[in-house]
Amino acid sequence: MQTNPNNTTTFSGQDLHLSYGGPMIVEGLTVTIPTQEITAIIGPNGCGKSTLLKALARILIPAQGKVEVNDINIHSQPTKEIARQLGLLPQNPRSPDAITVSDLIRRGRYPHQSIFRQWSSDDETSVDMALSLTGLTNFSERPIDELSGGQRQRVWIAMLLAQETPIMLLDEPTTHLDIAHQIEVLDLLKELAKRNNRTIVMVLHDLNLAVRYADNLVAMRDGKIKTAGKPNNVVTAQMIHEVFSIEAQILQDPVTGSPLCIPMMKST
Amino acid sequence: MITIALIFSAITITPILAGLLSNRREKDAGPFISNHVLGLTLSLILVVVIILISLRFGSLQITWEAAWNAIFDYDPTNQSQIVVRELRLPRTILGLAAGSCLAVAGALTQGITRNPLGAPGILGVNAGAAFAIVTAIYAADIVTPEGYVWFAFFGAAGASILVYFIAQFGNGGATPVKLVLAGVVVTALLGGWTTSLLILDLETLDEARFWLAGSIASRGTDEIAVLFPIIIIGLLLGVALGKQINILSLGEDIAMALGQRISLIRVVAGIVIILLCGSAVAIAGPVAFVGLAIPHMVRSLVGPDYRWILIYSLFLGPCLLLGADVIGRLVVRPTELQVGIVTAAAGAPFLIYLVRFTKLSDV
Repeated sequence: MQTNPNNTTTFSGQDLHLSYGGPMIVEGLTVTIPTQEITAIIGPNGCGKSTLLKALARILIPAQGKVEVNDINIHSQPTKEIARQLGLLPQNPRSPDAITVSDLIRRGRYPHQSIFRQWSSDDETSVDMALSLTGLTNFSERPIDELSGGQRQRVWIAMLLAQETPIMLLDEPTTHLDIAHQIEVLDLLKELAKRNNRTIVMVLHDLNLAVRYADNLVAMRDGKIKTAGKPNNVVTAQMIHEVFSIEAQILQDPVTGSPLCIPMMKST
Repeated sequence: MITIALIFSAITITPILAGLLSNRREKDAGPFISNHVLGLTLSLILVVVIILISLRFGSLQITWEAAWNAIFDYDPTNQSQIVVRELRLPRTILGLAAGSCLAVAGALTQGITRNPLGAPGILGVNAGAAFAIVTAIYAADIVTPEGYVWFAFFGAAGASILVYFIAQFGNGGATPVKLVLAGVVVTALLGGWTTSLLILDLETLDEARFWLAGSIASRGTDEIAVLFPIIIIGLLLGVALGKQINILSLGEDIAMALGQRISLIRVVAGIVIILLCGSAVAIAGPVAFVGLAIPHMVRSLVGPDYRWILIYSLFLGPCLLLGADVIGRLVVRPTELQVGIVTAAAGAPFLIYLVRFTKLSDV
């Protein structure tokens, strides 16, 4: 793709205070996201993972603190300018009825367009590329309603790809997918991070998949970062206990060698 | 005023045309474009046919020849031609204007509220206009159409501004759900006030009841002419918003992530809806169903792309409204049914169809 892989050098949130108008969900959080790698945010329900992701994506304005891309505060830049840097796939996106695959993906080109530049050959190239990277070329004229859950999720990821942002943020991209589709989506993201130098940040529920696919883990609890770093270094029984309040044994994943978390049952 | 409208049209229409032509470069654009050329041509023919029917049919039976001559070879001594020229022509023009306003406003409302039952009425416009007119009749004895126009317009505008104002409190601004809820509240409030005035004062009821039924008969174009620049600006702006509504219809989070300034788009769309609905209600009174049904019909024909939904609504809205008006003229001859009654009667079965046979989930 035409994205300059060196576009993003730094990506961080500093002293973030976040709320939806009510109580503060995140207070004074600072996080540095390593660029051109996959970062997974994990933590129990309600710990502020999605809130943090929304703030990083600029769709939640921090009550205090700032998010910086390449040392520039994203809230001080025009919205379309940011949208060429940062893309977001929210949880459970809803597509308009009967929209076709290619129609939806084309809408991802919005930040690259203006009143006098409606549809260019760059747009066409990006959409074709997004279709082929996600293996959807043959489905391009099909209505999304007719596709399976896994295929649909790939369409949304393709829209994100067509946006051509060096940074991609995904909120639970594998929810409601069966194990085969989960692996398929995560493999695709891994491939993108590696081959196209994308910086990917995703919220994941499945701890073991997060460990396996992420280069970096950010573990949150109660609006704070408990620990962050390479999965091999940070995943320990004690960390699991601190974050999720469960007892667990850590084994070595026989496939990848990464840590594998086996939760204990109360009765054992 | 007219000059401003013309200049404005030129400015607005250029990007729309550019946008539509640039579709050629989209993949498989060949059949796509020619389908729409065919579709829009057919729509235009339908508009012309309905206009002719509207000029020809009514409680007074006249010939095609008389209808034709009334327009192109007017003989002011011929009684049939006078009827066409003085009654049916203005009525047809008003029907065209009100129909396109309602349909485009309806499509915009469905787009920004993401609500399949979205219709201009949902934002309180009809209730606001009725409230203003009934109050004007009651308090100021205003009984002329010239007087109604501005009361209806500003009543509708005031009510929807109030709805927006209430909806923007709290987290997230004027979200679709809050807009709908605020619309319900304002409609109920104004409706209660209107009803109590009508019950209290028989004279007011007598003056207002025809207006309240929704009608394009016995209103001249002269009183309404002041609204035409507003209507043209509103329609052009409305159709130009298609692409933005496409993005907004993906949901707030995605629209924001794509760099859209969603509050700005909501406000602009809101202003356009207010201009269009205010005009429509000032012209025809509260006419139900057109704003709801046309966008749905169009969507089932052309798919979910608002750039096309809005343009087709612009053409097909007048067809439905004028069609209903002609039916109203013919069913109880020699008197007439108001167009608002015909559309309301036709609306009930359509709503049932909508709920029963289509997926109402996402618009």
